[in-house]
Parts: sequence; C-alpha cells; structure tokens
Amino acid sequence: MLEIKDLHVNVFGKEILKGLNLKVPPGEVHAIMGPNGAGKSTTSYTLAGRAGYEVTKGEIDFFGEDVTGLAPEERAARGIFLAFQYPLEIPGVSTMNFLKTAMNSQAKIRGEKELNAAEFLRAVRAAAKELNISEDMLKRPLNVGFSGGEKKRNETLQMALLKPKLAILDEMDSGLDIDALKLVAEGVNKLRSPDRSFLVITHYQRLLDYIVPDVIHILAGGKIVMSGDKSLAVQLEQNGYDAVIAKAA
Amino acid sequence: MSEEAAALQELTEQKYKYGFVSDIESEFAPKGLNEDVIRFISAKKNEPEWMLDYRLSAYKRWLTMEEPTWAKLHYPKIDFQDAFYYSAPKSKTDGPHTLEDVDPEMLRIYEKLGIPLHEQEVLAGVEQRRVAVDAVFDSVSVVTTFKEELSKVGVIFCPISEAVHAHPELVKKYLGSVVPDTDNFYATLNAAVFSEGSFVYIPPGVRCPMELSTYFRINAANSGQFERTLIIADAGAYVSYLEGCTAPQRDENQLHAAVVELVVLDDAEIKYSTVQNWFPGDENGKGGIYNFVTKRADCRGKNSKVSWTQVETGSAITWKYPSCILRGENSVGEFYSIAIANNYQQADTGTKMIHLGKNTSSRIISKGISAGKAQNTYRGLVSINARADGARNFTQCDSLLIGDQCGAHTVPYIQSKNPKAILEHEATTSKISDDQLFYCLSRGIPTEEAVSLIVNGFCREVLQQLPMEFAVEAQKLVGLSLEGSVG
Ligand SMILES: Nc1ncnc2c1ncn2[C@@H]1O[C@H](COP(=O)(O)OP(=O)(O)OP(=O)(O)O)[C@@H](O)[C@H]1O
Ligand SMILES: [Mg+2]
Repeated sequence: MLEIKDLHVNVFGKEILKGLNLKVPPGEVHAIMGPNGAGKSTTSYTLAGRAGYEVTKGEIDFFGEDVTGLAPEERAARGIFLAFQYPLEIPGVSTMNFLKTAMNSQAKIRGEKELNAAEFLRAVRAAAKELNISEDMLKRPLNVGFSGGEKKRNETLQMALLKPKLAILDEMDSGLDIDALKLVAEGVNKLRSPDRSFLVITHYQRLLDYIVPDVIHILAGGKIVMSGDKSLAVQLEQNGYDAVIAKAA
Repeated sequence: MSEEAAALQELTEQKYKYGFVSDIESEFAPKGLNEDVIRFISAKKNEPEWMLDYRLSAYKRWLTMEEPTWAKLHYPKIDFQDAFYYSAPKSKTDGPHTLEDVDPEMLRIYEKLGIPLHEQEVLAGVEQRRVAVDAVFDSVSVVTTFKEELSKVGVIFCPISEAVHAHPELVKKYLGSVVPDTDNFYATLNAAVFSEGSFVYIPPGVRCPMELSTYFRINAANSGQFERTLIIADAGAYVSYLEGCTAPQRDENQLHAAVVELVVLDDAEIKYSTVQNWFPGDENGKGGIYNFVTKRADCRGKNSKVSWTQVETGSAITWKYPSCILRGENSVGEFYSIAIANNYQQADTGTKMIHLGKNTSSRIISKGISAGKAQNTYRGLVSINARADGARNFTQCDSLLIGDQCGAHTVPYIQSKNPKAILEHEATTSKISDDQLFYCLSRGIPTEEAVSLIVNGFCREVLQQLPMEFAVEAQKLVGLSLEGSVG
C-alpha cells in the first residue's frame, strides 16, 4: 500500500530527508522513532503533500501510484490522513462544520455522493461518543481553547470519520495524560483493519504498549537506520538512540 | 465678456434650459446637474411644490459644499457634470437579449450562489426585464399576497415617490429629519436628485408580519444610483428590513450616493440588513462603482433599538458609516459589519454611535477582510454626551489579512464628556496562516473552500445577525468574493 523509495526532501533549501526507504503493507502498524530533528515530522508533512517540502529525488507509491505530484487535498481524498503533532485552531468554525466540509470535499473529489445532514450527524455522534467527546465540544470552534488532550482526541475523531487507508500519527501521545492516552489508543485500535495501515511517530515506548506495532523503524539523519520488532522500543528506552544505533552499525 | 459672447451664451443656455424640459416624455435627463435637471426629475415624478422646493434648496446648498477628503480612499476626482442624474440612456444594442449574451463569469457566480434562472435574467439586465420582474411576481403572486398581508396590519410599504403623494404628512414630517439636507456633500446631492427608494411606516404596536426582503431581492436589480429610503417604526413597532442582493450587480452609472433614514419611536425596533455587491471593478482595478452612502438611525423614543448589519463585498470605493443617534433613554444601537476588499477595492466604513440619552448602550462588531492589493479601513466614532449617564459601548474591530500586499486600518474616535461612561474597545489583526491552510488541505478541503471556511469563521458573529435564508447566501458570497486571493 505504501512504499517510499529513496526519498530525498529539501525543506527551504536544506536537505532533511536523505534517501528514506520504507514499506508498509496493508493492515500493518509501523512505528517510527528517532531523535529530535531526525526528520520524522518532515516525513509526515511530505507524505501529506505540504508546500515547501520539496521532493528532489525518489518516490512515494501509494497503492501503486506515485503521489509526489498530487495536491494535499487529492492525497487526502485517496486516503492519506495526518494527525498533527500540533493541531491548528480555526476560530469561528465548529468541529461539526469542519468535519462536514472535509467529508463532503473528499466525497466530491472522489466523485461520490455527499452525506445528507441526518447521516452525517448520526456518524459524528457515534464516533464522538466512543472518544468521550461531548456535543458541546463538537459545537465549539475547532481546537480553540481545547486542552492538549482534547485536541488529540479531536484528531482521532476526524480520523474515525474520514476513514483513511493510511493514517500517520505524529506524536499522538505528546501532552496526553494516562487516561487520555488510553482513550486515544483505544480509538486507534478500533480503527485497525486489514485494509488500513498506520504510521505511528513517537518518542516513547509507552504509546507502543497500547498501540502495538508490527514493525519499528529508527529514523536518524534523514533515513531509516534500523528496523525491528517491538522489542526495539524496549532497547531504546533502556539504552538511548546513540547506543542502539552504534551497536547496529 | 463681449456683448456678443454674452448674447450667445444666453442663447445657448436658453436652448439647453428648455430643450429637454419641455419634452417631459423623454426617458432621461442629459448629462450634468443644474436646476433644470432637478425640475425635470421632480416633474417626472409629478411631485408637489414642497418636494421640488426641498430638492432645489438642497441643490443650492450642495453647490456651496466641498467633497469630503478625510477618508483613506484614493480615486480620480469625480466630475459631477459628467454623470447622469436620471435614467442614464442604455444603448439598445449593448444590453443582453438572452442569458446566452450575458458574461459567462456572471452566470458562473449566479450558479454558485444558487440563484434561480428567472431571477438571473432580471439581475443580469436581460432586455425587457420589467416584464420579467412582473412575470416572476405573477407566477408566485408574491406581490399580491404580500401587499394584502401588510395592509391588513396597517403597514405602509411603497416606493418613496408614491409615498410623497399618498402620505405627504408622514413624508413631510420625517424626510430629512434624520439626515438633514445640509448634512454632507453626498447626502445633500441625494436630497436634490433622488428618484428611487422605499418608504416604510409601521404603525404603533405592530410587529411587521414578514421580513421586508423577498421583494427587494428582485427589485434591487432596478434600484437606482441615488436611492432614498425612509423607515419609521412608531411606538412599540418592529420591522426587519433587508436591502440589496448577493448577486453581483452591474450599473452603467459609476457614481452612487444613497441615503437611508430610520426613525425609531418609544419601545420600537428596526433591524436593517444590507448585502452590497455592486461591481467592484476587475482584477486590475478597472471600472467599479463608487458608493458614497449616508445611513443614520434616530432612536428618538425611550427603549428604542436599531441594529445595522452589513455585508459589504462590492464596489470599487465604499464610503459608508451607518450610525445611531441614541436620544431616547435606554435606547440601544448595534452595528455588525463585514467588509471585504479584494484586488484593488478600497473600503472606508464604520459607524457612529452618538449617546445623548441616559443609559443608552451600543455595540460595534466590525470584521474587515483585505486581500489582493486592497485597502480596508474601519472608521468609527463613539461619542458620549455629558448628560448620558450610564452610557456604555462595546467595540470590537477585527481585521484579517490575506496575502502581504493589502492593508487594514482601524481608526476609532472616542469622545466622552461623561466620566462615568463605560467604554470597551478591542482590536485584533490576524492573517490566514499557511499552517491553518495546510491543516484544511490535509483534510481534503481545497484552497478556495478552505479560505472561505476560515473567513466565514472569522465573520461568524456578524453572519449570525442576518436573517436566516440570507445568511446562507451571504456565506457563499464571502467565499466567492475572495476567489483567487490565495495560491
Ligand atoms: N521550515 C523549516 N526551515 C528550516 N529547517 C526546518 C524547517 N522545518 C524543519 N526544519 C529542520 O528539519 C529538521 C527535521 O525536523 P523535523 O520536524 O522533521 O524533526 P522531528 O524528527 O519531527 O523532530 P521532533 O522529534 O523534535 O519532533 C530539523 O533540523 C529542523 O530544524
Ligand atoms: Mg516532529
């Protein structure tokens, strides 16, 4: 489903990704760990198609199609979803309205029928309930004045409704207390399915205790330097990146 | 001047003077403004002597006045003798014959706004539009049912020229009582030459049974360049009035100068909403309407209330300050405004809240959006009289910038002669950030829709003030006005 081949990316003229290779088969959860500044967020922005993240070499194959030339909204409509490390605030636009606009826009790009108001409401309410998001919060302006945990729950809600084929979670666990972490992880786990893959970016093993990955990759210096099973996270937690990477080299 | 020249001049003037006035059947007055043109307009409307005198005295006054230049607006000096003041001639061959002749860009916008076909014809000025208007009305019998319903409760709603004949006592009493014919250059000009406009009178204790809007949606297409509106809400009355139209409107007359007067008596309320979308000029700043408007409400009675809501997206130049004179005790004035300026548009708009009575309060919410190379200025005055004990005002001015070549300016004037008055002022300036845009894009929302969504969010408090069915159209309009401003 996702195959990144020899990806080189410049951000504002500076090369940040330097030959990244990664393959995520359908239904699998892959974690990416790595030191600060390694290029994890850069990878997620590049996958989502952000302007300013210039692919100078390599390709991103998504279901056999190279998506590097596609606009972000086209990629979203094809099923790429990015849960932001720092979700943005949009004053005056309720979560409800935002979600409806997003779902309808994607349907339109895909040439599908838009949901009617009743269908939409039913879907939102059901998903919100699972994530313990109140009706009141759905009506509040998107992310404005939300706590860190509320923002992350809201990202999970969006993911649940947009039903992506590839969900990239950039530090989903940052700023979450233990209960919120469980709630968000449960939300993610419920969405696991044979035709949906996840790329989970995190610094901590703790998240991976709840969202158990099939493979863990270590990203350093703009490329994947090591891959392994979930025991890799335990090693990292105990010894730190330098030691683990040095041992492998 | 030689005797010969003087004689010649007299002769030519003479000719000019009577050449067309005698021809009352003529559809239009020639270019330029003089007493004869005013007599012509008055004669066309078959006006009584007092109305003509009113116009002539305004005209004399106007000749002594200077154009205001204090607004942050730049445009070439207007030659007032180079304009038409009554029914500019329309060249028969130029006008569209069917919708197929209409600028496809206009049709695309009508489509996006969801305007029905028969209304599109009227708005686009397809020939025989008067027939079309009647056809629209006949088909749904809007006018008949609507007039019946209004007259049942004693509401008077008619063209101002009709009111001059049918209700002279009301017109004499109230016309010019809020905006005197000495008020300002453009208002005085309007007093001299107005020919179109509406008159509304709501009798004591009556709540107008409908929004006075449906009618205007269509009729706006025929509205003139010097509109004059007078609305009176008698004691305990209520009316919601809607002016304008979301569809883009073109007019061969570049100069517009309307006057709106609202009179609000004890315990009465007027809600006045405007959507202004006159042709703003093209993306290079060519063409476009110059719109100089004087709107004022006089809250004469105690517990009276006026609420102005405006969505200003059109015109090349907007000069407009809907105001409230809060005379009656406990009277309330509100001003909710969205002003969008894109490309080379310039808007200088705001309000004046004049607190004269005790315990008067006012609320100002202004949302200015600038894009392209546009300049957008909020200019507002809050004035508190020494006797206005317990007066309070809340002002919030928010500016949103799209791109880095536009400008937003806030010019609040506060004059308080009462130390106990409570005045609050908040102002913010923000930009649509790349981060916000990318967040929307990553959810599958394309750029133009994302801009529309963000801007509509920014304007929410004002949009909420609009009558329901209009709010939906206004939201689409906000998005359309900013097309092409990003990316
Ligand atoms: N706009 C930018 N201009 C210049 N450099 C940038 C820009 N954005 C990111 N970088 C640089 O790219 C490198 C990778 O950043 P990135 O955000 O991808 O790291 P990360 O792995 O997500 O780190 P963290 O764990 O701290 O979130 C960093 O050195 C960062 O300073
Ligand atoms: Mg990061």
